[in-house]
Amino acid sequence: MTALVDRKYLMTSVEMAHFISHGSFALEGVVPDDLNRRAEAVLDAGIEGHPYGTPVDVVFPVGSFVRELLDLPAVAGAVQSLVGPNPVIDHHAVHIRPPRGGEAQNLHADAIIDTRTDAFDVQLMYYPREVTLEQGGTLSVPGTHLRRINQTGIGRCQNLAGQTRLTCPAGTVVLLHHGIWHGGRRNDSDRPRYMFKIRFNPTVRQLRLWNTDDIDSPEVLRKLTTSFGWTDANEGRLELVNRAKLWRVVTGDQGFDIDYYLTRETLRPQFVDPGATDGRLGASRRASGWGS
Amino acid sequence: MTVTPTMSVEESFATPSAYPHLRQQLLVLYLGTSALDSEVIGWTRYDGTGRSRPTMGDSDEPPYATGLGALLDGWRLLQMSQLVAHPRGEEHDVGYLPYEYLFERLVDVSTG
Repeated sequence: MTALVDRKYLMTSVEMAHFISHGSFALEGVVPDDLNRRAEAVLDAGIEGHPYGTPVDVVFPVGSFVRELLDLPAVAGAVQSLVGPNPVIDHHAVHIRPPRGGEAQNLHADAIIDTRTDAFDVQLMYYPREVTLEQGGTLSVPGTHLRRINQTGIGRCQNLAGQTRLTCPAGTVVLLHHGIWHGGRRNDSDRPRYMFKIRFNPTVRQLRLWNTDDIDSPEVLRKLTTSFGWTDANEGRLELVNRAKLWRVVTGDQGFDIDYYLTRETLRPQFVDPGATDGRLGASRRASGWGS
Repeated sequence: MTVTPTMSVEESFATPSAYPHLRQQLLVLYLGTSALDSEVIGWTRYDGTGRSRPTMGDSDEPPYATGLGALLDGWRLLQMSQLVAHPRGEEHDVGYLPYEYLFERLVDVSTG
């Protein structure tokens, strides 16, 4: 995590656009089997906590299991693409759901309302075992990450059109925008479900950190304008506006727009057309109310 | 007219219900717009009978296509969300889903 990742392992612009619209990016089965096999013992033993904002080198020194995970080129490349080189660890947590255990969480976003519009944290979720529907993997709602809510204030909402229940092969890593609406589901299988989460804070401006070679691909705009069921009606266009704003942040392109929404509201010409001149206007008697 | 209380709050609220065999089932629908006949984009159920336990992520298909569909099936609308003005300067900000409709129906738990 201290060395820059080879450019070929960074995310592409299309993948970055996917993250901006979905609030997530998945690397399915990216972790080799030998690491996955060792993971359960490591997670069962627990992983020591550290103060918020501790460097990766301190929390996960070279030689540790988690550092091996984070140094996998695809994982390191995705993390660097999203939060830059040398992010710090906000916190991490081991989540183990016992067989036939636990209740479904209410839908929530982690931490509290996050007021940042020009930066974001990323949460890495690592699943060392295959996650099946029966095991009740994490449910998340694509595209909700830009909606500012406080924790479980959305708990009353059980289902949203377009929601996804994570199922994945062993060794999958999912990277989530900090604001995404999600919840852990009940494990209805006979096997425990393992998940290890790390929240990263950026230490550099999140500007063009990925491989931008394909920035002009038409697929970028297609990804940015993805619709998710719950966005099909009145909420959809506001989502596009907020994605366009975030795309401006990460590309530095202040002229970027989707469907002209951000551009249109800047159209406030100040030049007065000569034909609009009329000396009588402004020279008339000031109205003084009734009877004047 | 002033009515003098004759019971404690606890005693009064322990009075048996006039309809002891009825329980509420609640349905919360989040619609695409403020129109009741617009499409359902989110849904939630609470079961006062205790016979089932709806939870987060329990279904991928909404129970009705529109809010009107729930009315047609006998649900009674209790509340619809207000239309709240967008504060100047925050017109693009998004948060909780704005078009929320709360329905109920009463279920006889003395049968079945």
